[in-house]
Amino acid sequence: MSGFARHRKSRSIIANFTGFEAELLRSLAAQLVELLRNEAAVPSETTDPFEAMMDFSGPTNEPEDPVLARLFPSAYAEDEEASAEFRRFTEGALRDGKSAAAIAIIDGLEEAGLPQELTEDGLHFDVELDEPTAETWMRSFTDLRLALATRLGVEDGDEAYWHSLPDDDPEAQAHDIYEWVGYLQETLVEALMD
Amino acid sequence: MSRSRRTLCHDVAVSTASPAHADPDVEETVTPDEITFLAKPWVTIVWNDPVNLMSYVTYVFGKYFGYDRKKAEKLMLEVHEDGRSVVSTGTREEMERDVQAMHEYGLWATMEKA
Repeated sequence: MSGFARHRKSRSIIANFTGFEAELLRSLAAQLVELLRNEAAVPSETTDPFEAMMDFSGPTNEPEDPVLARLFPSAYAEDEEASAEFRRFTEGALRDGKSAAAIAIIDGLEEAGLPQELTEDGLHFDVELDEPTAETWMRSFTDLRLALATRLGVEDGDEAYWHSLPDDDPEAQAHDIYEWVGYLQETLVEALMD
Repeated sequence: MSRSRRTLCHDVAVSTASPAHADPDVEETVTPDEITFLAKPWVTIVWNDPVNLMSYVTYVFGKYFGYDRKKAEKLMLEVHEDGRSVVSTGTREEMERDVQAMHEYGLWATMEKA
């Protein structure tokens, strides 16, 4: 896998994926979509069923899941009330946008040749993205990396720790995937700036 | 931010918008500095995190705010080295838009009064 590069003539952004890599990326994107739909953006707690039905506004509390809390941070560091208002008006749209971006990755991989069920060994294919789609992928790579890093507890300057883990350690394997998505993103940013 | 590459040392002064001309209708007791303060009392801050790539953060600052490469890199390095950077200044409504956009891009952003 050589990462993304800008095609000189068509100006589109292309990467070659093996079936295995594409399957992995699809599975990560699908998990993100699941997570964004879970812990539904519940509005205020109310025991009145009519009131609950009539409340179409967004959530006001920081999500409990640490990944979601990182994806949707509080906008005001020292003002809970203003943060709650901000969240009410933005979190729904942010969730939809991030979900749509992850779905764009899944659709793009499938359109490029990833079958619903990967059975064939040695499958590989080019994924070709126009600029807006490449930007969408790039944004979603950030969400995927934030999700993986939050679950793993990645911190600044901890590379030595991850590399000290045995190869068959599940955390080491998850960290390898995190680094791989980082590599994909880095090459995608470079291709977009090219 | 992860994957540090070359780090150039820029000075860290953040430029603030300066009033072009004093409005003749504004009372004399208000100085141009105060006008700026009143008109642009909020800032958007982007915080360092261990995940976002330096190249990506630079790209986002350039793309969303329209900053040239040099300014975008300067702000990115402030985030990386100082832990935070003021990336935009404006009204409360403008800053809410900017914070929301930064969250769309997965950057950790907050807003506060300047």
